[in-house]
Amino acid sequence: MSGTFLGMPAFPANAAVAVRDSQLRYNLRKATRTIRGRRALVVDELTDWAELRRAGKEIKDHTLRNLEHYLLRMEEAVTAAGGHVHWAADAEEANRIVAGLVKATGETTVVKVKSMATQEIGLNEALLAEGITAYETDLAELIVQLGDDWPSHILVPAIHRNRSEIREIFREKMADWGRSAPEDLTDDPRALAEAARLHLRERFLSTKVAVSGANFMIAETGTLVVLESEGNGRMCLTLPETLISVVGIEKLLPSWRDLEVFLQLLPRSSTGERMNPYTSTWTGATEGQEFHLVLLDNGRTNVLADEVGRQALRCIRCSACLNVCPVYERAGGHAYGSVYPGPIGAILTPQLRGTASELDASLPYASTLCGACFDACPVAIDIPEVLVHLRGKVRHSRAERLGMRAAGWVFDRPRRLARAQRLGGRLRRFVPGRLPGPLSAWTDTRDIPDIPAESFRDWWDRTDGGAR
Amino acid sequence: MRVALFITCVNDTLFPGTGRAVVTLLRRLGCDVDFPRAQTCCGQMHVNTGYPEEGRRLARHFVDVFASYDAVVAPSGSCAAMVREQYPRLARTAAAPAPALAPVRAGSGTSGGLIAGTVETSAPRAGEPGPAAPPRGSGPAPAPRAAEPGSFAAEVAELVPKVYDLSEFLVDVLGVTDVGAYFPHRVTYHPTCHSMRILRVGDRPTRLLERVRGLELVPLPGADECCGFGGTFAVKNPAVSAAMCADKVHNVATTGAEVLCAADNSCLMHIGGTLKRQRTGVRIMHLAEILAATETIR
Repeated sequence: MSGTFLGMPAFPANAAVAVRDSQLRYNLRKATRTIRGRRALVVDELTDWAELRRAGKEIKDHTLRNLEHYLLRMEEAVTAAGGHVHWAADAEEANRIVAGLVKATGETTVVKVKSMATQEIGLNEALLAEGITAYETDLAELIVQLGDDWPSHILVPAIHRNRSEIREIFREKMADWGRSAPEDLTDDPRALAEAARLHLRERFLSTKVAVSGANFMIAETGTLVVLESEGNGRMCLTLPETLISVVGIEKLLPSWRDLEVFLQLLPRSSTGERMNPYTSTWTGATEGQEFHLVLLDNGRTNVLADEVGRQALRCIRCSACLNVCPVYERAGGHAYGSVYPGPIGAILTPQLRGTASELDASLPYASTLCGACFDACPVAIDIPEVLVHLRGKVRHSRAERLGMRAAGWVFDRPRRLARAQRLGGRLRRFVPGRLPGPLSAWTDTRDIPDIPAESFRDWWDRTDGGAR
Repeated sequence: MRVALFITCVNDTLFPGTGRAVVTLLRRLGCDVDFPRAQTCCGQMHVNTGYPEEGRRLARHFVDVFASYDAVVAPSGSCAAMVREQYPRLARTAAAPAPALAPVRAGSGTSGGLIAGTVETSAPRAGEPGPAAPPRGSGPAPAPRAAEPGSFAAEVAELVPKVYDLSEFLVDVLGVTDVGAYFPHRVTYHPTCHSMRILRVGDRPTRLLERVRGLELVPLPGADECCGFGGTFAVKNPAVSAAMCADKVHNVATTGAEVLCAADNSCLMHIGGTLKRQRTGVRIMHLAEILAATETIR
């Protein structure tokens, strides 16, 4: 994944900083709750949502189980339609392929339609190292790029910014990247959008190579599909002479008939719209243009090999789980140290990157297991189930292992538990209001409950179950 | 009907009053309540913190202790959910090793071996994926393995439907909503995540509270939002946990209630600890304690 996240502290430390940022908290609260409400309205109005959700899950599971078949069919169809297919096992190989393709055109600039996969592999940085500048054209991605910032949300990468912050970024940075912002730019959303439109329009008309991702790939015809709100994506997909699409291998659907299900699930879960404004589809290359499809693995087949974890590959990147997550709402996207934040990131990132780093090992714990994400997920990914599964696989600290082993030892025999309870009851008067060590994490903000003099089991024994 | 009280380790150790209230309540409603002395902990803390082996051992013990009863009642949505949802998974992984994995056949042309991983070979599809589309339409998931008779999975499958959260047992099994309680106070109810989203107890607890004489039930704003406890989450991610609880406590305060009620003392310990630290004067009570209260016994 992108090198920018390397060496980040673990989630709890990042989140502890984020929760103190009142502007961030306000921005996140306002934005996630607005989208949450819109989603609830358009999901509740469908009487067959549960069936749609089940269909989405089953289509994805079927495709993943037969991935090899559909990938080869996709390759065949794209090639037959005049496109070129490249296979990339990891980020490094994908970046090398894309850089090579751009260099072959002789160009040094590319425009990009928002793509999670290219962020995952750190494509922009890799291209820059080869002397190629990538320009983000999605409005929110533009804000992130101009602000030298990281995306913090799957759907709304600049969710952590409010409009006055965006105005400042435009005024200070736009000129460095092309057409500058108007002198009298206000923080009116319409004025901000117009400034971005003028800035981007010049870029679209002058750039000959585009890089995109895709929401779906349809194996039967070799068609790629992008859903978006702004139309900037369509400019990228149609204007340049060369289009390079980098797509994760799990994005496949067998047929157009399957797409119907996802064209309902995705916009309603994502932006809370019945239908998204722009749906672009393309198959191979048209005359005078060139099309390259880079099929990206980058850890996905390893995820597929995990019986419990593989359901994460059903994800259609709608971000409904982020918008309902109480932890995401308070910690923000950057705390997850990955282009995939929120609950889905907490199960996807450790599976794609492994759990060797402190940050990645802390992600499965970035959840209370409240289950709101599972309820909201349009393809029924049981995120809490995968979180618990991953927790069983990460390396725990020695102190925790000892503590857990000791607790297990006490619970192994009722007599040991009773003895431990009696000891607690005797010492209850000496328990301080503020506990030392790691337990201070509890007493920093909460009182501890009064420890009773007698446990329930001792009461039961003494009174013969309340009879005496 | 032989009803076993599954007290839970947290209630046994820290909230014995809740256990006594369940006993009082169920006896008043005519149940023969037993407390199997051999019970300890359901294993939720171990499993949810990433120690499935210890959890499985405790699950094994739990099943041995409770298997012979007609019903097992827990005054904790979260512990009941642990047994109902996670035990079958624990038993499944104990029984069956992961399916065999084989390297993908080298693909044709340019794909030759680049998708360098594995796919499962146990997919229930007829035949290898070939030029023809794999058959569609039949059930997508591998058929659930039938538990072998006498196996741990079979024992779990037999026990799980008999495990109830208190409100489920009262409403669904005993068929009562008016339990004859009297509690003349202003109360707000926090539904707790695992009761709501795993057990799906719905409005059972509030239907019970609505029939308590003297009780004024006030709705809690943002009731369906997690309080931030999350077991070891509360100490592993204290900043976010506290931030979530701050909002919960704020919402409780706006109701003007004297008592915050829930059916899970773990969540209440967390919210109550914050209520107390902030000197709000709101006290916490388990649902069982309110339902056990009558005009004579307070």
